[in-house]
Amino acid sequence: MMPPENQPPLLRISALTKRFGGFVALDNVSVEIRPGERFGLIGPNGSGKTTLINCISGAFRTEAGTVVFRDEDITQLPPHLRTRRGIARSFQIPRPFKSMTVAENLMVALDFAVVTDQHASAAQRRDTMMSILTRMGLASKANVPATRLSQVELRKMELARAMATHPKLLISDEAMAGLSSSEVDEVLDLLMSLADQDITIIMIEHIMQAVMRFSQRVMCLETGRIIAIGSPAEVMANQRVQEAYLGT
Amino acid sequence: MNRNGILFWIGATLFLAAALLMTQVIGNQYPFFAGYVILQFVVLAVAWSILGGYAGYVNFGTSAFFGVGVYTAVFLAKAFGAPLAVQIATAAAIGALMGFVLGLLTLRMQGIFFSIATIAATIVIETTVTNWRYVGGAAGIQLQRPMVTAPFDNYVQMLFFVQALLVVLAVAISRYIQNSWIGHGLKALRDDELAAECTGVPTLRLKLVACVISGALMCAAGAPAAMYLQYADPSSAFNLNYSVSVLAMSLIGGTAHWAGPIIGAILLGATQQLLTVTISSEVNVLVLGVMLVLFVVAAPQGIIGLIRKVRRHRSEGEA
Repeated sequence: MMPPENQPPLLRISALTKRFGGFVALDNVSVEIRPGERFGLIGPNGSGKTTLINCISGAFRTEAGTVVFRDEDITQLPPHLRTRRGIARSFQIPRPFKSMTVAENLMVALDFAVVTDQHASAAQRRDTMMSILTRMGLASKANVPATRLSQVELRKMELARAMATHPKLLISDEAMAGLSSSEVDEVLDLLMSLADQDITIIMIEHIMQAVMRFSQRVMCLETGRIIAIGSPAEVMANQRVQEAYLGT
Repeated sequence: MNRNGILFWIGATLFLAAALLMTQVIGNQYPFFAGYVILQFVVLAVAWSILGGYAGYVNFGTSAFFGVGVYTAVFLAKAFGAPLAVQIATAAAIGALMGFVLGLLTLRMQGIFFSIATIAATIVIETTVTNWRYVGGAAGIQLQRPMVTAPFDNYVQMLFFVQALLVVLAVAISRYIQNSWIGHGLKALRDDELAAECTGVPTLRLKLVACVISGALMCAAGAPAAMYLQYADPSSAFNLNYSVSVLAMSLIGGTAHWAGPIIGAILLGATQQLLTVTISSEVNVLVLGVMLVLFVVAAPQGIIGLIRKVRRHRSEGEA
């Protein structure tokens, strides 16, 4: 089921440009993400996928263009304020808080990102934290130091921490990289179940089967430009996408 | 207040009572003379750890804050004959402001760049004071101690007790920060600043809060030093030794817990005093360096880290 097109977009990126010195990482990128959508972002290495989500999450300042989230221009906001407005992300290379346990990692999100139930008691926040961990299949790891997790557990913890910020938009940056195929299915099912809870998801992924199974729409970037956007089948059939991936 | 809190305040009260009792029963001046320096280092190390330990931003500018504290006191004493309490309070306010400005300018830089910026700030401030005639310039300035008030019958004894009060204040603040949301946020940003931001932690604001509190306490610790020595000159007030000693004390004690810098400062401060008396004041710098190297290699988490390791081994052994 595609989300209705007449709804206002959740995220509107207009004419976004990001340069690193003379190198143009994103060149006039415009795209709209609808509420509740499962959106796939693909492209060869260095095409600007991670740069784009760094611009959405606020890690990078942009040279030109605007990012509008829920009808609010957030282009100038620092990352933590974007997180509080409902944009959460995971990192391509997991970035856990290494001196903390899994539970403490999530508590950072609950203590700082969640503005709406600020007055929730410590016990309530703990319950929320445990229910997120349970949903992610990490309940038994709650008191384990983050440094002792396996790769797939780290990926799940990243998603769990992102979920603990109560996001409306979750950006998953290669959450499946380096996982075995059964683990890929596991993470994919998790993301699917999150999407069912009205969370809009942008997924960056190199594992093509996963993107195609997951996404309702797919966008392909190459050298900072959008070369194709549409249904997974359309994008896969696109001549330029095939050239970008296979070379000419 | 929970059980730990009650225990902490009982301990703090006992400590202050003991310090006060010492001033009443011990006639020899030396214990206060040496004890003052140790307590001063406790305040400095605890204050340093708020930014250097909790947030992981290594500040080499301890001597800048300390020196500004000294010269605030010098200026107030010379210009207005201000009492000690006013000198300390004003120094704390100026330290807070200095922490804010310095933080705003430098805390966007990470890692080594921040450290270099704090050294640069120290040099700039020292040079300014060196060229400020009113407070004595490069030659330094002699100060006259005012009359001492009861219950103390000696000025150094009073300064000793005042520094003990500052210790309790600094430790209480540091302990509060560690257990509060500020401490949790600082811990997160020390582990990973970008991940912390993206998890909703206002990193710049928290770092500024840490820098302001740390700066205020360091300046306050420096203020009584003017009257302690009855003399101040830029090269000793802004001596890089303060920065190095305080850093070594904090790291050797361990920065993961508020008690770490206290342990480190008492251990190293006492050793330094002992060496100064028995061998020479130059040797203590050498010993400091050797101990720092030993700890960095053998116990990078400091004494607190060692204690935790032993405890973990024990609990795992029992299980």
